[in-house]
Amino acid sequence: MRYVIIGNSIASAGCIEGIRKEDVGGEIVVISDEPYHIYSRPLISYWLSRKVTDIYYRSMDYYEKYRVTPILGKRVIKVDFEAKDVILETNELVHYDKLLIATGGKPFVPNTPGAGKQNVFTFIKFDDVKGIDKAIFEGANVIVIGAGLSGLKAVEALLMRKCNVTVVELAGRILGSILDEEGAAIIQNALEEKGVRFFLENSVSEILGEEKVNKVRLKSSDMIPADVVIFAIGVIPNVDIFKDTPLKINRGILVNEKMETSIPNVYSAGDVAEAFDMLIGDNRVIPILPNAYIQGEIAGLNMTGRETIYKGSFPMNSIGFFDIHIMSAGLVNPPQGIEVLRRFQPDKRIYRKVYLKDGKILGFMFINSIDRTGMIVDFMKNNIDVSSFKESLLSDNFGFLDLPREFRKEKLLGV
Amino acid sequence: MKSLYESDFLVIRDETKCIRCKVCVRQCANEVHQYDEEEDRVVADSSKCVGCHRCVALCPTKAITIIKNPLEFRANYQWTERAIKDIYKQAETGGILLTGMGNDKNYPIYWDRLLINASQVTNPSIDPLREPMELKTFIGRKPERLEFDSYGNLITEIPPQLELEVPIMFSAMSFGSISINACESLARASMEVGTFWNTGEGGLHKKLYPYKDRAIVQCASGRFGVDIDYLNAGAAIEIKIGQGAKPGIGGHLPGEKVGEEVSKTRMIPIGTDAISPAPHHDIYSIEDLRQLIYALKEAVSYKKPVGVKIAAVHNVSAIASGIARAGADFIAIDGFRGGTGAAPMRIRDNVGIPIELALASVDTRLREEGLRNQVSIVAAGSIRNSADVIKAIALGADAVYIATSALVALGCHLCQNCHTGRCNWGIATQDPYLVKRLNPDIGARRASNLLRAWEHEIKEMLGGMGINALESLRGNRLMLRGVGLNEKELEILGVKHAGEGI
Amino acid sequence: MELKTKKRIYAKEDVCIGCHLCEIYCILAHSGTKDLIKAFNRVNRPSPRVLVEEKEGYSITFALQCRHCDDPLCTKACITSAMHRDEKTGYIICDEEKCVGCWSCILVCPYGAIIRDENKKVASKCDLCIESGSPICVENCPNEALELRELEEDSK
Repeated sequence: MRYVIIGNSIASAGCIEGIRKEDVGGEIVVISDEPYHIYSRPLISYWLSRKVTDIYYRSMDYYEKYRVTPILGKRVIKVDFEAKDVILETNELVHYDKLLIATGGKPFVPNTPGAGKQNVFTFIKFDDVKGIDKAIFEGANVIVIGAGLSGLKAVEALLMRKCNVTVVELAGRILGSILDEEGAAIIQNALEEKGVRFFLENSVSEILGEEKVNKVRLKSSDMIPADVVIFAIGVIPNVDIFKDTPLKINRGILVNEKMETSIPNVYSAGDVAEAFDMLIGDNRVIPILPNAYIQGEIAGLNMTGRETIYKGSFPMNSIGFFDIHIMSAGLVNPPQGIEVLRRFQPDKRIYRKVYLKDGKILGFMFINSIDRTGMIVDFMKNNIDVSSFKESLLSDNFGFLDLPREFRKEKLLGV
Repeated sequence: MKSLYESDFLVIRDETKCIRCKVCVRQCANEVHQYDEEEDRVVADSSKCVGCHRCVALCPTKAITIIKNPLEFRANYQWTERAIKDIYKQAETGGILLTGMGNDKNYPIYWDRLLINASQVTNPSIDPLREPMELKTFIGRKPERLEFDSYGNLITEIPPQLELEVPIMFSAMSFGSISINACESLARASMEVGTFWNTGEGGLHKKLYPYKDRAIVQCASGRFGVDIDYLNAGAAIEIKIGQGAKPGIGGHLPGEKVGEEVSKTRMIPIGTDAISPAPHHDIYSIEDLRQLIYALKEAVSYKKPVGVKIAAVHNVSAIASGIARAGADFIAIDGFRGGTGAAPMRIRDNVGIPIELALASVDTRLREEGLRNQVSIVAAGSIRNSADVIKAIALGADAVYIATSALVALGCHLCQNCHTGRCNWGIATQDPYLVKRLNPDIGARRASNLLRAWEHEIKEMLGGMGINALESLRGNRLMLRGVGLNEKELEILGVKHAGEGI
Repeated sequence: MELKTKKRIYAKEDVCIGCHLCEIYCILAHSGTKDLIKAFNRVNRPSPRVLVEEKEGYSITFALQCRHCDDPLCTKACITSAMHRDEKTGYIICDEEKCVGCWSCILVCPYGAIIRDENKKVASKCDLCIESGSPICVENCPNEALELRELEEDSK
């Protein structure tokens, strides 16, 4: 039995470890266009800020220990689903019995004139931050395009490297995917205090300079000096090579509850997959690390023949900048008719908002009051009716004592 | 007004050992310790300290100790510090001085003036590790004579008895005066060891039903919780006429200790003081008592022993004689050192007589009147150790009741503040936060350990006397000798002075 | 097959007295010294890994430790693999050298059993006292409110 995995990141690790739970003998081949040992993408901003020097996701003897054959630094250009062959750019063929497509996401870069100049980067790969690291210097003017999760992590790293940071965002608020207006304002305020300049409802219309970039022009006509430009708008599923194949793709590769795609023996997991979102009741691409691992693991188990069902997930995030931390999950801007619980303590920058419908939590946003949030995420996963204790969801020290006694005993003692 | 009552105790904290863990702050129900955030120090307000040592026991670095406030009054034999402070307190409150536990004043302790015999030469001592020792005790009315049929089978019907593996029972402590966890600990220990516990005036709480076969249910003047199921639930019934700590007055449970559970079990409103009337209002003569005794016997179809508990007072032997004739199966005599959950200090410290003298005189009188086998006598009133038990049996007791000793086994430090309901050891309180501190698993273990330890010691002392059955010691005054007692005391106790011949 | 642990620490809320001694001894166990006073006087003293739940006005308190789940969500959410299952014992351990304090583990732990270490900014979690082999909180609870149990093979 040969398992082939396209992709060498989180979903891939989940798949390898899932396979090895059931099948210790089968051959596993991992293919990646990047030459690096498996690393954790979220750590690239920590590398850039010099908080960590090692960004690897698993130990250096990982492939040996799990008996995986890594093919690194070679891109996959096509998959022949009929013949069950993966075709590399070197024209090598890798035959598979079971295939996992875990190609992740690719950065979205608009057709901005000048985007090809030197010192213009994206913010996804290790090579990206290696480039940025060489290009920046103390006092450098850096433009970050996109005020989402990775964009602001880049901002944090750049500030720690003592750069002059300007952020340009298309939407009317930062962190639009995880925070509402009120919450976003709190974070924006905190970052502005650190010296970041924000241009909202704006975009970069042109990148100017000779060979290297030296300034950018915004849609609003502002001209801003720039030594480095970073596109951190977002990622879209990396599905280009599957465009003209029978593989069913919506925004991402569609998968069922066993992570199977529309083609037999072909599975998908991670940022490239579109799996079940239990909150909206439909499939959606949810590109977060825990999902990638869990989907990968489930795909791996199913690939060995051990049937495992993916119950679904929903967006959830834990992200922080300096001394401010955010946790959120579920819906951000829910429709009308939703019950809203809200608590805001401006002096401590504490913000808690919970959305409820018929006693079930649809989403929440917590800033700076984030302890034990996992309990609340667990309620969402299990569709628990929280009506009897909903007010306590807003308190800083929400805990098991807030739950009715029987429910608490069940959770804690399994009784 | 400004109080002139200076702290009884001083809290001493070793600053080099204090790690500011704040366990003492959390554990003191009297709020003695406070954490000062600014100075990062724990400070103590000694005026609130009652000397219960909870903080000392739980401090992980043993940084705290409690000492008597060394503040001195000018030396005065008549006007002691206690006498002066009591007046300050009454001048400031205008009320009765309440207290808990037993008489703490300097009256003679006769147990400590009695010495036990040992075998030498003529009567060999017995090694309890090698020979069987019979400690089994039966509490109940014994028949006048035994009749057998021609085959040797017993014809006489034996009245109901309580069978004890050791001659020690847990005395009456009501649920209300002590916590449910304390009751449960003692009930479980009595199951473990094979003895009995007493519900006191508090009624029988549902949680204690598993132990009801080992319970003596008490019928006191307030008749709290008394109904037909209650009477039939226990192994025996005890009519409480009085108790050693406060002869002449009834039980008192302060309203602070009447929470939801107490209210349900005693069938009284929450927060009200539960005061039992001094007399049973249906017992005004010995004939009335006889009537009640037989009414209760009828109610349980004569299947359980019915006894009477009295305080040891001046005329105790005549009273006991009357009670025996009234049909009681056992008489419990509670001496003036007996403990309580709440009593006026002056009554506790000045009323009643020592159990040693009361016991001896009751036993003598009943024997003289030929009534001794009709009742079992249970002695109570601060039995402190197994030697006290031996001496009590030698003076005539069938068994002893322990209460203070049992609570000390559970963790009580005798701070005498039971009446406030803020017992830090989870014993004399109803505050659920404090009650948790007494884990019934641990409490039951400690209480049974105590009984087992005393059991071993009693066997050792019996062995030393050359006796292998408790029956041989019962009322055997010859096994005791007095020391430092005057003629009268020796006469009442019925013992000779040490050094005298046979 | 990976080795899992069936050891769990359970708290009996009926007899927990809220004294927090479990937290204090936990700090001692992870402080690198056997002297309690020394442990507390350390500048960067560790956070306790056991959480005592209590609320104003409630008489109920209890201690909560990591459940060392059979299916540990924290290890799957961890971005650095600092949260991992120890191969020898099956315990879930956080490698504090690797942890960057992103708190993804706190986001997913259904028991809320992971604590943020205020000083070192890393995730702090019960490790069943893997160094000494015997959980110090269970040994030192003054009211025997903590119990180390070994579950049956097939239970969660």
